[in-house]
Amino acid sequence: MSSLHADRKLSAWLLTPGLGWLALFLVLPCLLVLVYSFVERGAYGGIEWTFTLENYQRAFDPLYLGILLKSAKIAALATLFAVLIGYPAAYAIARAPRHRQPVYLFLVMLPFWSNYLIRTYAWIVLLNREGLLNKLAATLGYSGDPISLLYTESSVVLGLVYNYIPFVILAIYSSLSRINGELWEASRDLGASGWMTFRRVILPLSVPGIAAGSVFVFVLSIGNFITADLLGGKQVQMVGNLIYAQFLTARDWPFGSALSFILIAIMLLLLFVQALLARRAAEGKA
Amino acid sequence: MSQPSLRSSAALGAHLWLVYAFLYVPILVLILLSFNKSGLPTSWSGFSFKWYAALANNKAVLSAALNTLIVALSSTFIACVLGTLLALGVELRRKGENKGHVADTLLMAPMIIPDIVLAIALLSFFNLVKMGLGLHSIVISHAVFNIAFVCAVVRTRLKHFDYSILEASIDLGASWFTTLRRVLLPAIFPGVLAGGLLAFTLSVDEFIIAFFNSGSGQASTTLPMQIYAMIRFGVTPEINALATLVMLVSITALLASQRLNKAPTHHE
Repeated sequence: MSSLHADRKLSAWLLTPGLGWLALFLVLPCLLVLVYSFVERGAYGGIEWTFTLENYQRAFDPLYLGILLKSAKIAALATLFAVLIGYPAAYAIARAPRHRQPVYLFLVMLPFWSNYLIRTYAWIVLLNREGLLNKLAATLGYSGDPISLLYTESSVVLGLVYNYIPFVILAIYSSLSRINGELWEASRDLGASGWMTFRRVILPLSVPGIAAGSVFVFVLSIGNFITADLLGGKQVQMVGNLIYAQFLTARDWPFGSALSFILIAIMLLLLFVQALLARRAAEGKA
Repeated sequence: MSQPSLRSSAALGAHLWLVYAFLYVPILVLILLSFNKSGLPTSWSGFSFKWYAALANNKAVLSAALNTLIVALSSTFIACVLGTLLALGVELRRKGENKGHVADTLLMAPMIIPDIVLAIALLSFFNLVKMGLGLHSIVISHAVFNIAFVCAVVRTRLKHFDYSILEASIDLGASWFTTLRRVLLPAIFPGVLAGGLLAFTLSVDEFIIAFFNSGSGQASTTLPMQIYAMIRFGVTPEINALATLVMLVSITALLASQRLNKAPTHHE
């Protein structure tokens, strides 16, 4: 057997280029954003190297806090709907004959692999004033003025649910499919009804899947820029749009950096909670 | 296995099909409209390829498509090389042990950091080191997340790899380099290709990071940037045709990737 030492040396050589790339173009840039978030904005959009906490204070101004809270609300609604719609779908797949499950799952994931912009644009076609849904309403006898279903919080939530529901279904499915089939029978044999079995046995065991799916949708939604931009228009501003504006139009990079770090902090917190839930579930099983 | 009652399982099945309808109807409508002669979303006026023909004459779209191809191929190539080496490095070190590695966290990061944050971070960085923006900066940026994805796919492949073959090869007198090249690489190659195809579609579809790091001007506009501009500033029916073609490319690449990745399970 080759010596462990040789393995380690070889492994270090293999790791260096890739980790180097990530250190240079991922870690360093992120650290730079962290630094920028604590300095002052220069007169002409540049950076003034003076330490300040003002960028973070500003993020909690009522105006910006409002946008943060609205983003959180939209992301929470998207998460809620994605789980409510996605859970029964994942459940249906998990209960389908085993050889069919991969196909069902693949059909769920397939749209996810097409372009995000295009999937969002498809909803513009359906929802706008001259769009298909208005046409459909007119055909069904609606005679009022066409309604623009776009540029509302609801259309943004719809777009987010549409784009991210595949993740939720996948995450919930993977925890459901791990549940032993015999567990169902045992619960049945002991006299529990179908609903009781679900509520007391299956649902608790699928909590890690729900948590993983929810965190994913929430994190992706709260930091989302395109959906709010295309389906929300000027009416619905989210943090992503605010960051965008700080970097490309307002040219206040330090403030934009602070907002980015608030996003990252929220994300890390949620991932931590999710990891805790997953660990608790794993320990419960052991 | 005991099944839930017939009624509730019928309801579940119906729900699943509704979810499929929700997922696919918008896309199918778009594809259908791309063949609509009038180009209007509301009335069908006959089948026509005219919007595809219009695309073929749209210089901006063609140059954006070429840029996207350059960016996707370059960043995929970088990711295949570095991502595969990383996967080998991490898995060779772990070999059997189920211990975490610092690299794990670093490799998760590009997949979960919000796109917009990665976009502004890279923009700040390129700006600080005074590197001009253009196709090259998009390639560098895309390689960041592509490395993570290729590495993940190759690592899954390595999980099923029997390391004793490597030791056998070494014991029989082959050098490490020969062993890597002649034994390991052929075994993981389908994984590398599958990861590469995945990376390719991700790069073809990526918008925000490219948008922030492309600099200004048509010279470094990628296809998603072009699509964004078409959506934002006047929807022309050409976009339906373009959308259909782009979806076709990503889905073909994805299907190929799935196929490659599945191949070994038939034999094992």
